[in-house]
Amino acid sequence: MSDTTQDGQLLTTADGKPLKASLAKALRREKLRALMLIAPLLIFVLITFVAPIADMLFRSVENGIVADTLPKTVVALEAWDSTSGEAPDETVFAALYEDMVIAVDEKTHTRLGSRLNYEESGISSLFRKTGRRIKRMDEAGPFKEQFLDADKDWGTVETWQVLKRYSPRITSGYFLNSFDAQLTADGVEMKPEDERIYMFLFGRTLFLSIVITISCLLLGYPIAFLLAALPLRTSNLLMILVLLPFWTSLLVRTSAWKVLLQQQGVINDFLVWTGLISEAGRLVMINNQTGTIIAMTHILLPFMILPLYSVMKTISPTYVRAAKSLGANDWISFWRVYFPQSVPGIGAGAVLVFILSIGYYITPELVGGTSGIFISNRIAYHISSSLNWGLAAALGTLLLVAVMVLFVVYDKIVGIDNVKLG
Amino acid sequence: MANTRGAAVKYDSVQKSYDGESLVVKNLNLDIPPGEFLTMLGPSGSGKTTCLMMLAGFEPATHGEIYLNDRPINNVPPHKRGIGMVFQNYALFPHMTVAENLAFPLQVRNVGKADQEAKVKRALEMVELGAFGNRRPAQLSGGQQQRVAVARALVFDPELVLMDEPLGALDKQLREQMQYEIKHIHENLGVTVVYVTHDQTEALTMSDRVAVFNDGVIQQLSTPDDLYEDPQNSFVAQFIGENNKLDGKVVDIQGEECLVELDDGTKLKADKVNVNAVGDRTTLSLRPERVEFDTTDDMDNLVNGRIEELIYLGDHIRVRMNVAGNDEFIIKVRNRGEKRKLDVGETVRVGWALNDCKALDAAG
Repeated sequence: MSDTTQDGQLLTTADGKPLKASLAKALRREKLRALMLIAPLLIFVLITFVAPIADMLFRSVENGIVADTLPKTVVALEAWDSTSGEAPDETVFAALYEDMVIAVDEKTHTRLGSRLNYEESGISSLFRKTGRRIKRMDEAGPFKEQFLDADKDWGTVETWQVLKRYSPRITSGYFLNSFDAQLTADGVEMKPEDERIYMFLFGRTLFLSIVITISCLLLGYPIAFLLAALPLRTSNLLMILVLLPFWTSLLVRTSAWKVLLQQQGVINDFLVWTGLISEAGRLVMINNQTGTIIAMTHILLPFMILPLYSVMKTISPTYVRAAKSLGANDWISFWRVYFPQSVPGIGAGAVLVFILSIGYYITPELVGGTSGIFISNRIAYHISSSLNWGLAAALGTLLLVAVMVLFVVYDKIVGIDNVKLG
Repeated sequence: MANTRGAAVKYDSVQKSYDGESLVVKNLNLDIPPGEFLTMLGPSGSGKTTCLMMLAGFEPATHGEIYLNDRPINNVPPHKRGIGMVFQNYALFPHMTVAENLAFPLQVRNVGKADQEAKVKRALEMVELGAFGNRRPAQLSGGQQQRVAVARALVFDPELVLMDEPLGALDKQLREQMQYEIKHIHENLGVTVVYVTHDQTEALTMSDRVAVFNDGVIQQLSTPDDLYEDPQNSFVAQFIGENNKLDGKVVDIQGEECLVELDDGTKLKADKVNVNAVGDRTTLSLRPERVEFDTTDDMDNLVNGRIEELIYLGDHIRVRMNVAGNDEFIIKVRNRGEKRKLDVGETVRVGWALNDCKALDAAG
């Protein structure tokens, strides 16, 4: 404290400039150079990682399409009471006509139709049908009759309720959908039982990821222990075997599991040949959860072994010797002396495997069947097949939040300082 | 020894080989009485640590038997031997506090909770670390960690404690202080201690007896003063303390005395220790502080030498001389404050007694 001021005066350099300014100037060059060095990576990360995530977060709530396509209708609808039980009056239909003429010209009405179809099926065809008729309508009105004539759905309250509900630019609809809920005239309520899917999928993703993490730990711990304990020459050979899967394509490995696990596959053939199972009792090990767990455990195993190994390598064998000299048998010296010191490796490996598996896509897609697919497969479906990007974005955001929450919980329980990658 | 709580150790023709081609320990026979502080001293690779590890149970003996209190222990696993051990880098468990480290051997022995606490407290007070029970080892200095390691090896009241170069990582001053502390703890408790070191000062300071190892064989097993005063061979003479060596040939033997002719023709009288017959090659061993400048004509050995170098070391002056063709001949002169003038290049007469000059086996 007293170093910066002496007798209330700022310290200065020999030529009278303030010391702090001088120091900052001297360091600026170095900071700038450091920034230049990381600039390529920084820009790359911003463009390919931060920007897409921000875009995804935005898309999950963005809903400008109604207000953009039917601006006048949205304004006119504000006066309509959606709980009145009656369709809106002529003014709203007049506004709708004006909007539709422009929309049909720009061919944006079908896009709006498919957007609203996510919320209420049938609206897509309503807009398509009306779009074809709009040219033939009488510009003088009355519009309500003409619209009802084009499609009687324009007369139902539900259609207008949906339109009004989704006219704000920001919507919680996608997120409600992700939670298997929906916005109705009476507020938020759960979807009917038979339509609920996402919460169940999230639960399954979580459950399978935990199972995969645990099986990776159970299989990886002894191998990492062996790797750390063996003399260097032998352990190098073993390490190559551990890393071997990294050098093979993920697709090839997953396909190999198909060959092994299918009902007419190698393992079933072998079991039948040995007589352990009968020809009729061939095991179903693929296109279900078992397949996903086996294949993903295999693929993610190195991510558990490597952090474990690098931590175990630093645990001196003297500790176990010391424990034994103090009277502890093999098990106690392992459990009370060796194991606690390997916990940082377990933490790192578990976090790595868990986060990788919770967002895994290819393997569940190929070997998961219907009972072994993850939430990520559903996200991919909405992005590439149903083209409901808003819902995909909302599901993705939820996945991101779930991982972050788990991370915080993990930090509270294990402590993030206890994670060591080497 | 005030009380002898210690155990007796016996190595009976123990041999050890790691690769099946060479012996690291060659036919070791060693008796350690209860309560003794025995040091295994030797250069690295001499087999001393291997001997310790066989006693601790971490290395199996290739041949022979080790007895603890007359009980053969070759087939007893380490954790059942009840031997306390202090490791080179202390091996304090980093995830436990000091008190937990000390309680560990008591817990695995199912000692009652209250008893545990009392023993831990007593052990911590013994090494003057009473207030440090709740710290982690990493929060302690090297010397403190060392004391915790000693306390942990003693807290379960073992009859035998092994120490594997425990002071190697400490600086010189702390090392000397710890030497005395360990010595006093040994004296107070009366346990048997087997101590391994390559530091001869440490061995001389602490031990009741020292076993000097070289090449897998005990070269000499004696008390520290015997080791210094009466080395049995030229390796021991060289390894323990400072030593002047003069190579020559035995020309005459008279009872316990012999006459040695050095390679340049000088004849010296020496104590016959490790020579057999006239004509044998021999190396004379002579301690630097036993050579006198103030010679009298009745001294056993008198030679002329040229002063090559003078090094002032405060309490004494080291004089490097060329004596009988050996220009590494060192003499230590006590600094008594008298203005005895010694000049480089001066030729002076030096002398020493017959008993201070040992005729040993010819060194390499």
